[in-house]
Amino acid sequence: MFENLSDKLQNALKKLRGKGKLTEKDIDLAMKEIKMSLLEADVNYKVVKDFIKTVKERSLGTEVMESLTPGQQVVKIVHEELTEIMGQGESRLKFNSNGITYFMMCGLQGAGKTTACGKLAKKLKKEGRRPLLAACDVYRPAAIKQLMVVGESVGVPVFQMGDKISPVKIAKEAMNHAMKQGNDVVIIDTAGRLHIDDDLMDELVEIKETLKPHEILLLLDAMTGQDAVKVAETFNSYLDITGVILTKVDGDARGGAALSIRRVVDKPIKFLSVGEKMDQLETFHPDRMASRILGMGDVLSIIEKAQDAFDEKQALELQKKLKTQDFNLDDFLSQLQQMKNMGPLDEILEMVPGLGGKKKLKGLKIDEKELVYTEAIIQSMTKKERMNPSIINGSRRKRIAAGSGTSVQRVNSLLKQYEEMKKMMKKFQAMGQGKKKGGFGGMGGFKMPF
Amino acid sequence: MNKENKSFFAKLKEGLIKTKKNLTDQIEGVIFQHKKINDNFLDELEEILITSDMGVETTMDIIEYIKEETKKRKLEDTLEIKEIIKEYLINALKENERPDVTDKQRVILIVGVNGVGKTTSIGKIAYRLKQSGNKVIVAAADTFRAAAVDQLKEWCYRAGVDIIASEQGSDPGAVVFDAIQAAKARKADILICDTAGRLHNKKNLMKELSKIFKILDREFSEAHIDVYLVIDATTGQNGIVQAKMFKEACNINGLILTKLDGTAKGGIAFPIVNELKIPIKYVGVGEGIDDLQDFDAQDFVNAIFE
Repeated sequence: MFENLSDKLQNALKKLRGKGKLTEKDIDLAMKEIKMSLLEADVNYKVVKDFIKTVKERSLGTEVMESLTPGQQVVKIVHEELTEIMGQGESRLKFNSNGITYFMMCGLQGAGKTTACGKLAKKLKKEGRRPLLAACDVYRPAAIKQLMVVGESVGVPVFQMGDKISPVKIAKEAMNHAMKQGNDVVIIDTAGRLHIDDDLMDELVEIKETLKPHEILLLLDAMTGQDAVKVAETFNSYLDITGVILTKVDGDARGGAALSIRRVVDKPIKFLSVGEKMDQLETFHPDRMASRILGMGDVLSIIEKAQDAFDEKQALELQKKLKTQDFNLDDFLSQLQQMKNMGPLDEILEMVPGLGGKKKLKGLKIDEKELVYTEAIIQSMTKKERMNPSIINGSRRKRIAAGSGTSVQRVNSLLKQYEEMKKMMKKFQAMGQGKKKGGFGGMGGFKMPF
Repeated sequence: MNKENKSFFAKLKEGLIKTKKNLTDQIEGVIFQHKKINDNFLDELEEILITSDMGVETTMDIIEYIKEETKKRKLEDTLEIKEIIKEYLINALKENERPDVTDKQRVILIVGVNGVGKTTSIGKIAYRLKQSGNKVIVAAADTFRAAAVDQLKEWCYRAGVDIIASEQGSDPGAVVFDAIQAAKARKADILICDTAGRLHNKKNLMKELSKIFKILDREFSEAHIDVYLVIDATTGQNGIVQAKMFKEACNINGLILTKLDGTAKGGIAFPIVNELKIPIKYVGVGEGIDDLQDFDAQDFVNAIFE
């Protein structure tokens, strides 16, 4: 998500960056481009208008005009305003400190409620809670079955009473059930409904009044167009929602909805749902997202992902190796394998400062399936070759290709990738040293095992 | 207009009218506000068109068209603009209309991203085609999503058509293959294939779709193959990318526009039709089994503007 938007915004801003002096015309031109790219990203029209107005006013202010690097100042303003639009800081879930917590999920048809219920349940379980899923979608055929399958796959019980009983009653019974079974969080899956369907919206209000949920989360498809705001406004006016989960974020939609929601309904986006696997639910960080949009990289998120996925000891060892530039193909392979644990690789690379959006990483594009070949190729090398890849000449390449059942081209491209990665790591090293005093302890503390 | 058409027209209109601030209200608003066609008027019009998800490009085309036509026809009064916009939209849609193939067996492959209403649409299409006297078989090739097969089974039961299904997690290509054999053996007129929702930027999933298409093409060469992309009317500009990628993977030749009963106007359909030169075949306006109908450009645009 945001990749295209970020490309376009960066282009618009690039023209300003190099200039020593900015005229009002320069800014007007850039603002027009920014406006179009935001609109094409489905950001709400009104939000775009306000945004452009504020950025322009601030850009024409003395603080920018008198600065030595006015272009940079404008970038800074755009970043600040983007963050402002999306809201400051992450927004945590509220729990009942004494008794059972209720989360109610609602949204249009096909927004991804049932899947998100499963993901949220898994997350809560991982945090040591005892969640219960309640199947209140009695309308869509096989919705209950779907929730049961999802529940089973994350190992969370599902409470259901079939599709002949009113959702309000099911919700009420779910309360009793949770009490008896000792569950501490109940996630209510409701049927998808149109925000203009008064009867069904009233039903949600009734469920809300019955349960007094601690969170009412609106599920919103990241691909939604200008209508997103209307949907959020209506659900909010009926239910006073507490937050939004943006779904299908792994698509290539430019995610304008994310930019509009906060501004229009003043409710935070709490999570991003980014894939079909049950652990793909991410906390939303507006400031980091703004950085990502502007191609400034999202190092904090990579660090978190890395910390989740990597073995600390191995990482330390690797860091040592990096310092001595003693990074061989064995390390390369183990890094690739660990990176795989972090999630889709292109996603990760996008977050790296200076790499996101630029597409200059073509040599490094790693298809998950490629890993199988990579593994085979590296394992077909002798120990000596792995330690010192520079000795791999033409005839060795042929042998390795034959041994791994691949081709010389593949061996070549792997070696090239390895070189690229080595270069990239040098870059990280340099950054780490440059930023030792930085907010996250420099890249040295960032156990990045590339 | 026959009776069925009328009720559909009414339903569509109803769906589109529910929004209090619909396209036509807004357009009429600026029309009355401005009276004379000038830059300010066009600016505001542009804004309205963009908020209907038509996209920057289509909007600019429409504005250009208005400018040309007002010059050509020497129009000054804003009141005439509505007809010009309607004219433009109807032409754009009509240009790409194509009749269904009826002289041989037919396959309809239904594709789209997650949650747009593929399974529901299939239920309704199956019902519709069955009602008009066809023997229909449905292939449950969404073997990925939990309970998708059960959902489709329920729809097929309601529509009264046969379904070929395997269990969740099995190979969708194999299901399609079996369905082709069944369609041949039972001499079905139409085979409708459901597929799992997939985001168009997932390479492997798109490859899987190409494979399904190839199986149909190879194993059922005597049949005419239609591939319809289902687009949710609330979709924004991403719809264009979706359509392009699906076209690349499995050569879509028609659109199904769903969820028009919300407040979204489905403006995204226009740039897609424009860009890909494919027709809209069906529109969905509700959850009932008869809430999906053949697309008619005139009715559709009229419903937006009525």
